[in-house]
Amino acid sequence: MNPLTASPKALYIHIPFCTNKCHYCDFTSYVLKGQPVDQYLDALEEEMRRTVSALAPERIETVFVGGGTPTVLTPPQMERFLKSVFEHFPIAEGAEFTMEANPGTTDPEKLAAMKEGGVNRISFGVQSFDNGLLERIGRIHNVDDVYRSLENARKAGFDNLSIDLMFGLPGQTLELLSDSVERAMALGLPHYSLYSLKVEENTLFHKLYERNELPLPAEEEELRMFLLLMEKLKAGGYRHYEISNFAKPGFESRHNSTYWRNEPYYGLGAGAHGYAKGVRHVNIKGVQPYIDANKERLPRLESYDIPADEAMEDFMMVGLRLLEGVQSSRFAAQFPGHRLEERYGAVIDKQIRDGLLERIEQNGDIIYRLTDRGVLLGNEVFGAFLGTGA
Amino acid sequence: MTDVRDRQKKIRNFSIIAHIDHGKSTLADRILEYTGALSSREMQAQVLDQMDLERERGITIKLQAVRLSYRADDGEEYLLNLIDTPGHVDFTYEVSRSMAACEGALLVVDAAQGIEAQTLANVYLALDNNLEVLPVINKIDLPSAEPERVKQEIEDVIGLDASEAVHASAKAGIGIKEILEQVVTKVPAPSGDPDQPLKALIFDSHYDAYKGVIVYVRVIDGNIRAGKKIRFMATGAEFEVIEVGAFKPRMSIVDELSVGDVGFVVAGIKNVKDTRVGDTVTDAKKPAPEPLPGYRRINPMVYCGLYPIETQDYNDLREALEKLELNDASLRYEPESSTALGFGFRCGFLGLLHMEIIQERIEREFNIPLITTAPSVIYKVTLTNGEQMDIDNPSNYPESGRLDYVEEPYVKAGIIVPNDFVGTIMELCQGKRGEFINMEYLDTNRVTLSYDMPLSEIVYDFFDQLKSRTKGYASFDYELSGYRKSNLVKMDIMLNGEQVDALSVIVHRDRAYNRGRLICEKMKELIPRQMFEVPVQASIGTKVIARETVKAMRKNVLAKCYGGDISRKRKLLEKQKEGKKRMKQVGSVEVPQEAFMAVLKIDED
Repeated sequence: MNPLTASPKALYIHIPFCTNKCHYCDFTSYVLKGQPVDQYLDALEEEMRRTVSALAPERIETVFVGGGTPTVLTPPQMERFLKSVFEHFPIAEGAEFTMEANPGTTDPEKLAAMKEGGVNRISFGVQSFDNGLLERIGRIHNVDDVYRSLENARKAGFDNLSIDLMFGLPGQTLELLSDSVERAMALGLPHYSLYSLKVEENTLFHKLYERNELPLPAEEEELRMFLLLMEKLKAGGYRHYEISNFAKPGFESRHNSTYWRNEPYYGLGAGAHGYAKGVRHVNIKGVQPYIDANKERLPRLESYDIPADEAMEDFMMVGLRLLEGVQSSRFAAQFPGHRLEERYGAVIDKQIRDGLLERIEQNGDIIYRLTDRGVLLGNEVFGAFLGTGA
Repeated sequence: MTDVRDRQKKIRNFSIIAHIDHGKSTLADRILEYTGALSSREMQAQVLDQMDLERERGITIKLQAVRLSYRADDGEEYLLNLIDTPGHVDFTYEVSRSMAACEGALLVVDAAQGIEAQTLANVYLALDNNLEVLPVINKIDLPSAEPERVKQEIEDVIGLDASEAVHASAKAGIGIKEILEQVVTKVPAPSGDPDQPLKALIFDSHYDAYKGVIVYVRVIDGNIRAGKKIRFMATGAEFEVIEVGAFKPRMSIVDELSVGDVGFVVAGIKNVKDTRVGDTVTDAKKPAPEPLPGYRRINPMVYCGLYPIETQDYNDLREALEKLELNDASLRYEPESSTALGFGFRCGFLGLLHMEIIQERIEREFNIPLITTAPSVIYKVTLTNGEQMDIDNPSNYPESGRLDYVEEPYVKAGIIVPNDFVGTIMELCQGKRGEFINMEYLDTNRVTLSYDMPLSEIVYDFFDQLKSRTKGYASFDYELSGYRKSNLVKMDIMLNGEQVDALSVIVHRDRAYNRGRLICEKMKELIPRQMFEVPVQASIGTKVIARETVKAMRKNVLAKCYGGDISRKRKLLEKQKEGKKRMKQVGSVEVPQEAFMAVLKIDED
């Protein structure tokens, strides 16, 4: 697919409200209390209208509603929001429609509204099965909430479920993590996301880190955690298909694969990112400014053209996150007139020599993918492609 | 001619001697303000220190001279030339030449801290040049000021009459008029002869992109004006004067510079090396029979290699050095190459501060990221075949089989410390192979320690040690005292089995083991984890004397997904890449800049 001409088949919508702010989070999110949620949903609809008139979609194959916590919407708000998505976008039959949820924000009534509204996949931000750790990272739910929420979701008819877990958390031990993973896997879900903590600026954790008060596990310990995760998930029959994602065959997140293949996507809502026709954009982040802007125009904070050089680097940078690797043929299709080997031959050779990449010929195509070691040192590989352009 | 002689009687040339922080620049500012050379609104704080670097470090690097007019209490209008001097031991020769351009000097002493070693060294320079030294007790408004004690100290230590010392506070503008009155009444007028052939002393120069080299002179005899053909007596170079002028403090053209005047000369000079500090300018047609005394060709004491991190910056680095050299006659450089670092330059400096200044200016003003190798002194090596050679780069050190003996430069170091620190400083000096000469009490609580020490030990980390061991209370001065035979060896450092020539150092045999171990430990700390294990070894000849290992990097991957926010991911990876740019690929190992200076930054205790 050529991202310069194709119309996006993926749609991301951001709901920037949470019941509280977690200590590690620097996403666009605001504490729900007192927020003009209904006006926000009005504005979203306005943005949907302007978006499709600026660039008409052919068929939307995946929708991802992220946050914040989309499930803080009340059931009537949820119903109305989902209806508007279907009104403005031609959602394909069999599309993947994911919504992020936090345990404790999904009662049966809301789940019913979601199901009714077209959601068919839920990704729960569980993070850990240890109450002490959950409290330490600023989550408001506890382990009981997790079990209750998942049970409710299943009762409501959702079977395509995923949970997020985090590792490398302050005070987390290998033992605690191992326990969390086992309990997560005992739930028998088709998909797990396992993220390592990254201390971002403008978070409470960053402040603590600067003051030397954040007892993060050492590199060796974090490595052991990652290795442990991979081993356990693999043993459970899950395919490690992206650096931080594991799934039963056929349950890989189709929406996220759009990002990893550097393909275009619509991005709506406060602080949302989009990529279409060779242009990336970021929306205005503040709730009220976002609402105000939508009365007159598309609520862009920034839009910028991605030059071909940069797009090619992005292709490698995100593509290699997929363990299936990048295909030479797909590169040629996205960048007509360019060959991956010509462009990055030298960089790739060095990565292969360092044992981080491997080259595979498959059905007349050439594939480059991370080795086991490359998975652990991915940033070294991705970084090598940056700034190599003409 | 009587005009000229009358004018001469009203000229006063003086400089200011002070320890760093004792308020020299502030006092100069006040004097400029008081005499109306600049209104206080025009004054940016500390006008005389023009370079950013000088202002930041609070030290003067380039000399400046300002012409001021002052109506004294006697009703007469006087012409005062204030010549600023660099305040650091690296620039002693320059200081002595600018003093030779004066008849008087203000000795500024902090009312709380008293005399420091550097001040003392400069007072002796002033006295050597027969200057009238006028003590000024500064910072009199500090609660901790002890003017009487400090006066007593000036009398006891230097032997100057301090009874009339002005009590001043440059900061608060106290005592400025009294200082100027003393300059007028106590500093003698210049004594030269306007009818004699031209003799003018060069005390500085700077390069101007439009006018060429601008030479700062003090006229001793005769006069100098546009159109005159002049000759520099030491270099023999001849030029025709295009314009002459004075600093008021901005450069202003005048008709002539006559006896006693301080000003500048523009003569289409392309190369600052033609205008050596201390040289005598004379009339090419009617030359003076003898040059002024005191000229010395100054030689660098400390050498190091400067290499661009990015090889493509080599030409830019050469141009930067060429430009800096235009303004800095004491900077030396010549191309050299290193297996580890590629092409670069071996540069000679007056001292460590001079080296740091040049290095910082290249990085800051020319934007060239640099690797600086550890500084070295010049070793005099005699080979078994009798041949002698000067070694300023450890990697040129001959193998031990060819070596008969080595000599290294020694300095006489003077350290002034409070009583309480005498023990720890003696220990430090002995640890640095220092030989005790003597100890003198300055007053009841301060002592001057004199040591003979190898210059290489001072270059190593002596300053830092001195500062940290005395909580900053020690002050220090040194001069070269000669060469001595020493038991030295060359120590090599290997990274991942490959010898890195730029990391070789020459050390005393007795401390090679200890230092080798410390260097390896420091390297282990500084070299980031690589994709593979990196052994760090120190060796003498083929014998490995220390070893450490930099463990391999095990995990570096960002597992967070970030929705569709590609730019954030990009920024993170770009930051990682930027960090790598500051490193030099040496063989297969990425080595950060600081590692090449690491041999200096280790603590031997």
